[in-house]
Amino acid sequence: MTTLPWLHPDRVIQLEQALRERILILDGAMGTMLQGHALDESGFRGERFAQGHDSQHDHAHPGECDLKGNNDLLSLTRPDLIRGVHEAYLEAGADLVETNTFNSTRISQADYHLEHLAYELNREGARLAREACDAYTARTPDKPRFVIGVLGPTSRTASLSPDVNDPGFRNVTFEELATNYAESAAGLIDGGADIVMVETIFDTLNAKAALFAVSELFRERGTRVPVMISGTITDRSGRTLSGQTAEAFYYSVCHARPLAVGLNCALGAADLRPHVQTLADIADCYVSTHPNAGLPNAFAEYDETPEQMASVVAGFARDGLLNLVGGCCGTTPAHIAAIAAAVRGCAPRRLPDASREAA
Amino acid sequence: MNIIRHTRLSGLEPLVLTPDLLFVNVGERTNVTGSAQFKKLIKEDRYEEAVEVARQQVANGAQIIDVNMDEGLIDSETAMVRFLNLIAAEPDIARVPVMVDSSKWSVIEAGLRCLQGKGIVNSISMKEGEEAFLEHARKVRQYGAAAVVMAFDEDGQADTTERKIEICSRAYTLLTQQLDFPPEDIIFDPNIFAIATGIEEHNNYAVDFIEATREIKRRFPACHVSGGVSNVSFSFRGNDTVREAIHSVFLYHAIKAGMDMGIVNAGALAIYDELEPALREHVEDVVLNRREDATERLLAIADNYRRKKGEPVVENLAWREKPVRERLSHALVHGIDQFVVEDTEQARQLSTRPLDVIEGPLMDGMNVVGDLFGAGKMFLPQVVKSARVMKKAVAYLLPYIEAEKLRTGDTGKNNGKIVMATVKGDVHDIGKNIVAVVLRCNNFEVVDLGVMVPAQKILETAIAEQADMIGLSGLITPSLEEMGHVAREMQRQGFTVPLLIGGATTSRAHTALKIEPHYKSPCVWVKDASRAVGVAQSLVSKDLVEGFMAKIRAEYAEVRERHRHRGPGKQLVPLEKARAQRFTCDWAAYEPPQPAKPGLTVFDDYDLAELREYIDWTPFFQAWELAGHYPAILTDEVVGPQATELFNDAQHMLDRIVVEKWLTARAVIGFWPAASVGDDIELDLLPLPSGERVGVRGQGLPETAAGAPAEKTMLHHLRQQADKPVERPNLCLSDFVTPWEYGKRDWIGGFAVTAGLGIEPHLARFHAEHDDYSSIILKALADRLAEAFAERMHERVRREFWGYAADEALDNAALIAEKYQGVRPAPGYPACPDHTEKTTLFRLLDATANAGIELTEGFSMYPAAAVSGWYFSHPGSQYFVVGRLTRQQVEDYAKRKGWSREEAERWLASNLDYDPE
Repeated sequence: MTTLPWLHPDRVIQLEQALRERILILDGAMGTMLQGHALDESGFRGERFAQGHDSQHDHAHPGECDLKGNNDLLSLTRPDLIRGVHEAYLEAGADLVETNTFNSTRISQADYHLEHLAYELNREGARLAREACDAYTARTPDKPRFVIGVLGPTSRTASLSPDVNDPGFRNVTFEELATNYAESAAGLIDGGADIVMVETIFDTLNAKAALFAVSELFRERGTRVPVMISGTITDRSGRTLSGQTAEAFYYSVCHARPLAVGLNCALGAADLRPHVQTLADIADCYVSTHPNAGLPNAFAEYDETPEQMASVVAGFARDGLLNLVGGCCGTTPAHIAAIAAAVRGCAPRRLPDASREAA
Repeated sequence: MNIIRHTRLSGLEPLVLTPDLLFVNVGERTNVTGSAQFKKLIKEDRYEEAVEVARQQVANGAQIIDVNMDEGLIDSETAMVRFLNLIAAEPDIARVPVMVDSSKWSVIEAGLRCLQGKGIVNSISMKEGEEAFLEHARKVRQYGAAAVVMAFDEDGQADTTERKIEICSRAYTLLTQQLDFPPEDIIFDPNIFAIATGIEEHNNYAVDFIEATREIKRRFPACHVSGGVSNVSFSFRGNDTVREAIHSVFLYHAIKAGMDMGIVNAGALAIYDELEPALREHVEDVVLNRREDATERLLAIADNYRRKKGEPVVENLAWREKPVRERLSHALVHGIDQFVVEDTEQARQLSTRPLDVIEGPLMDGMNVVGDLFGAGKMFLPQVVKSARVMKKAVAYLLPYIEAEKLRTGDTGKNNGKIVMATVKGDVHDIGKNIVAVVLRCNNFEVVDLGVMVPAQKILETAIAEQADMIGLSGLITPSLEEMGHVAREMQRQGFTVPLLIGGATTSRAHTALKIEPHYKSPCVWVKDASRAVGVAQSLVSKDLVEGFMAKIRAEYAEVRERHRHRGPGKQLVPLEKARAQRFTCDWAAYEPPQPAKPGLTVFDDYDLAELREYIDWTPFFQAWELAGHYPAILTDEVVGPQATELFNDAQHMLDRIVVEKWLTARAVIGFWPAASVGDDIELDLLPLPSGERVGVRGQGLPETAAGAPAEKTMLHHLRQQADKPVERPNLCLSDFVTPWEYGKRDWIGGFAVTAGLGIEPHLARFHAEHDDYSSIILKALADRLAEAFAERMHERVRREFWGYAADEALDNAALIAEKYQGVRPAPGYPACPDHTEKTTLFRLLDATANAGIELTEGFSMYPAAAVSGWYFSHPGSQYFVVGRLTRQQVEDYAKRKGWSREEAERWLASNLDYDPE
């Protein structure tokens, strides 16, 4: 597994070089930015999906299906908006941007009867991010920008029962998840992603299925790209939704020899700190975090300001916990710019074994 | 840098195999090849009991559990998946890593696909050649597991020391060089075979294992050595004492040689040093193959150690045989009050002072209870039962202590004294009582002032009692204001003792924003009873208080900071805009349903047996801090047993409540003609000759026959101002009544019910019996019956008295889920947050005379087990949260109510979107 050559060796070298030199900046929320455009149903559908289904593809559908809220579909119907979001984050100082593919799996797209789009959404999502990154890298070649291909958690959990009366029941299997993730990951890599990131991991078994699928894909293709892993501590109990502590989570996924492991979503930076600290203490690889802009208020909105968030994150950086940092729900380019400014000049966390290359 | 990495495994929690663990126990009882009992359970599809076997293993100290389903008559793959999925749902089992054990690769792979943690595969080997071995090992890596590698190659299982070492070395080279398999994830199993079988070649098997282990650990220090220990004693099956002795001796020597993991019965490991010396000597001869006649000699004495069949394992009252100190501790931990008086008396006779019994054995027992509760191993109902035992013991001792005090003036010591009260205007005290019990369990002295206690009385008591703390509780929103008032008074009067805030409507945010800033000394919000002890102990401890308060103050400062910087997302819309976006329907076409029985209907003594069928049990468990939904909670893996016990106790009391008529349920309902006028609802009431007022539509009917003028009554409501999309209206309850301009005869209803009349003598009785447990159950049941009464009454209103849904037929679950037309919002709750509207409701219903319910000055109802509210029948009516209000709406509301703005701000304090001056 680890002996396979890199698909883009030069980019991996640049990335590792940058990671040794400084804390790299991830981008912020996609959804928050798209909400700002307040698109209506037809805005989501565009021409191709004007009838509520795919006019270019013969697929099973109930006639007309509401597509509003299917943010990933905008990679096809409103590529200008998605690219605009990427550019806003690059402008704010992001070194890495995450593709608009959080829900681009068959399982998630089934809600819209658009399963067949899984590969295309990932490929196009990666392509849009690639274009944006390449344009910015061309302007300032000394600061290369990278595309993180995002594999989201899906709406199902492989180790939790959705039926309270039957704790042994599962509504998705490891194999189904692996098949889903393999297709999506192939799209991301074909669209030009530099890195594949399994993120917002509620259930570690889902992530293990994704990592299994990705490693099989690498083997089939004979090349690989770096992998990042980011779990989600769902509340102040300090556990994932599936019940693991941060430490147990890391041990469950470190076999994938990731470039970086981290935590994102659910909590604001301050609440994430002890868990990021745990990872920083034990991880053999780089450590990332992209917290929410605080906890949601009574209206399910996030109201931590860029300054507040940046000041907390700056503390992480000063204490040497971080290699990559960005934002999740509720964060905006202003947050990312503030974070970038706050961690500038802070040394990145050092790998525990300096002689060992990442991944 | 350290070269040897530790093996890192995980279930829900991590397990790092550091050298100081010495030996890792892998539980073996969930293995069909090793446990006849487990096999039987699986074959008979008794998975729930099979899960209990796993739980016991972990409880008995297994750090990993081995799961094996290899049996001809079992579909091993299906059984493996089913079992692993079931134990994944049990946090006390799933916390440890799993060893997936099978001789079939397909079963192992099926098992690996169920593990979110990093487990161990048991096992892979070279028996089918290198290619299959490496393929399996590669998959093991991809699934993220460690592997047991068996000393087994193309030629068979290794039995001699040399073969064991040779095969393991070859496997190591292949794994680390061809696959980059991490050495620390390799666990060798050099095969443990049965000894003392009577066959001479078998005599050295234990020695071969031990010697091979020594060499393997020398060559590959990062790897581990494991084995199935019970194999070694196989020839003594049926004689557990001898088998356990063999295991113990074998492990003693194998561990010294470097074996650091083993599949064992974690509950049945004898301690080497505690073995009977003669038996140990004979066993050691066999294990170490020290004499030729070792087997015969062990056989000769083995029968002396055979356990008789059918020997009772546990005697139920065995704890009665223990010394009195332990008996008291047992009684406290298990909440058994049957023998407590006699045990207390015995303990008293053995003590110099009666107080020693409390400060000695009783407090020791309660400390155990406190620790178990703190660790989440005991639940609230059990703690309250323990407290009942404690109180009975203390009550018995009290006369002796008083006599002693008179003689010596010695009063004993405790952790601290706290004055607690439900604040003025509020009658709710279940939560406060639970907190008091829990604090008393932890040796705090609690002075409980009860309910509706004015600020000054609380403060005077605190001074008189020289209290170390003051605790305030409340359930209804006006209590929040009152707590702020108490805090300001404490500051003004120069108090410095800590102030604790608790109760259902309190919150960290409210405490931080509205209470803590007014009191310079410590002021802490306590989330629930389980936190109370920790907070109280931190506050009374000189060592802890500073750090604790620094943390709390920083937290509260952050909450305030966050509040100040609330983002623009919270923007509310102007009142005109919210009103323009009101809920509406085709009023011209709408035909308001006319009540079948207008005016008031009074129920003096409602049948409790009928009401118990309507109880929603889930909140009953919430009152006891048991999380979960009824009925699933009764079988919940964590709280199930306690929930069931509590439920049975409650049912038992409910039987008596109904049969012996402990409580009286009374109600009054009424319907009045109504029309909405803006955000208000206008009722027209005309007096009847009987003196009763019944509503008739006012317009066009100015006077009754008696000539009395129509009396207009206004119900005032508030409107949501959140910025919502156009398709979602900004709701106000008046939206559900036909606007006056349509000139239709629409109606509104009201109700007040209680099930708490007559509760006092029973509470007094429990109090006299020192039985908080029963007292809290009774109060909680009265609450549930009142809610059930409201539910039942609403159903009858829909079907009979208003009668707009005469054909409705819903079961209790559907009722709880509100699957019916119409709502019954209560003043003071989210859809109509102004508590003062209860005055109008009570006046319309004459609820005090008709149902025996009184309103306190804080608009709390007494008896506390009471519910009141409005009925709306419109098909579009729904529950909603009014939420934040702008100053504009508050001013408008004040005008409608005839209040000053300040008055409105006081009553709507929890809803203000701004800081009033």
